[in-house]
Amino acid sequence: MHFDAFDRYHDKESFIHRLDPRVKTVVTIVFILSNALLPDGAWLAFGAAWLFLLAANWLSQLGLGYTLKRSLIALPFALIAITVLFSIPGKPLTTFPFLFWDFTITDAGLLRFVSILIRSWLSVQIAILLVAVTRFPDLIHALEHLRVPLALTTIIAFLYRYLFVLTDEVFRLLRARESRSAAVTGLRSGRGVMWRAKVAGNMAGQLFLRSYERSDRIYNAMIARGYAGYLYTLNPHEMKSQDYFATAFAVTVIFIMQVLGRF
Amino acid sequence: MHAPVPLHIPDGFLNLVVSVVCWVITIITLGLAVSKTNKSLGEKQIPLMGVMAAFIFAAQMINFPVAGGTSGHLLGGVLASVVLGPWAGMLVMTAVIALQALLFQDGGLLVMGANILNMGLVTAAIGYGLYRSVSGSSKVVKLGVIGVAAWLSVMAGALFTSLQLWLSGTSQLQVVIPAMMGVHALIGIGEALITVFAIAFIMQTRPDLLGEGSESAKGGKGWILTGGLVALLVVLISPLASGDPDGLERVAIDMGFIDAGLDAPYAIIPDYTLPFLGETAISTILAGVVGIVVVGLVAVLIGRGMKAKS
Repeated sequence: MHFDAFDRYHDKESFIHRLDPRVKTVVTIVFILSNALLPDGAWLAFGAAWLFLLAANWLSQLGLGYTLKRSLIALPFALIAITVLFSIPGKPLTTFPFLFWDFTITDAGLLRFVSILIRSWLSVQIAILLVAVTRFPDLIHALEHLRVPLALTTIIAFLYRYLFVLTDEVFRLLRARESRSAAVTGLRSGRGVMWRAKVAGNMAGQLFLRSYERSDRIYNAMIARGYAGYLYTLNPHEMKSQDYFATAFAVTVIFIMQVLGRF
Repeated sequence: MHAPVPLHIPDGFLNLVVSVVCWVITIITLGLAVSKTNKSLGEKQIPLMGVMAAFIFAAQMINFPVAGGTSGHLLGGVLASVVLGPWAGMLVMTAVIALQALLFQDGGLLVMGANILNMGLVTAAIGYGLYRSVSGSSKVVKLGVIGVAAWLSVMAGALFTSLQLWLSGTSQLQVVIPAMMGVHALIGIGEALITVFAIAFIMQTRPDLLGEGSESAKGGKGWILTGGLVALLVVLISPLASGDPDGLERVAIDMGFIDAGLDAPYAIIPDYTLPFLGETAISTILAGVVGIVVVGLVAVLIGRGMKAKS
């Protein structure tokens, strides 16, 4: 597997790409926070938030619809909110029978359901954009600057670094299982569920040992190269004037959205 | 590529109050975990934990066919806490959940505190606590307890997720609890089987990693109590919640949870008043103060921008 198989970064020359990763992280979090604060049915504010996203997409040179394409990822979770359609008292809109019951969708319930979906959809998109315009190591450094404990950011950095290595290892294990699972048509192959679970468990144990032993080698190699508990970067991560202006502008726009949401 | 388990809550499904409360609990626990691991483990542990986090991420791809196209998966919370010790296990799971949210948008950012709590902290506490309580026993007993702990940890994650969704006004208790717990009772069996067989494999091939003097044996006795209490909570609340949801709802109303949960999303600064103060002069003034703080912040940022070299 290629080393950047999991990378979500899109290398482009844009104003947003050049911004300090701290700025992008903070604006993303403020935007998601703002979505959570908007009242149900704040259509004007939801629309403004969407325009904000479109503008960010456009400024990033990714094309207007970039985040839209990948934004349906959270949709399956909508199922969990479906009960609010029926549970919030309000004016009944429509009633339909399902199994043994009659379900009545109320206007208040519909309003709440749609608002939850929109909030989620907007928030997912900005998170998608964040990793598309920020290199992951830079993102980790931003978290470090934002006072996330060093132990945690370093673990995440290592996780990111060895993700594809251990994923390759899993693919080797899966391939080995596959190649030993010959089946003759008409004959039952393999044994029961317990046996299959045992094979999978052994594979997980095997993967653990390989990872554990690999981590020893990694650590020794790092010591040999002078590791003293900190991962350095060549990127200076200095806040420039456009970083401050961009943050100020974004915070102002998001604040205006909040005001819009109250009318 | 990922285990299709509906425990990664996306942004938008929990309200602000629930998200923040979960973040506070998570941050306090993780702060403790960081200081404990810094104290007891050398710098060597950090690369080890990083690779172990990658291991958990990769191990979640291992599956086994069950029936009718469904398959069993590993989540890994109990496995991590048993082989690495509770604090390191929590940090490893946190890293995995953070990466899934940051890189793949598998779970939200504002709700990440809740996701870490449900899938990383609670699972590690139950897993390690129950495992530690049988530390002197035979291999068979240990493995049995690990299996029960793994199943309970998935149920705990489902229970906590359901309660958070309900308190946020996103789901109805009498629907979300049976649905989530029902699905996860099955997912938990897969988790239990893989965890037990994986640890049996490690006990057989590298007994030194789990024996006396290993990281896994260092956790204090307090874990037995913590893990036992969380497990007990799950065992007690689950039947109550599915059998008598109205009872739980009444308790929550009596304790003021419901109001906090339902009102908050609509009502921070509605009509320029702060909700918890009512429509009084003070409230209007405070809402004004919030506005001034935002304007001040923007001014400071612009000022800094003027000063910083371009």
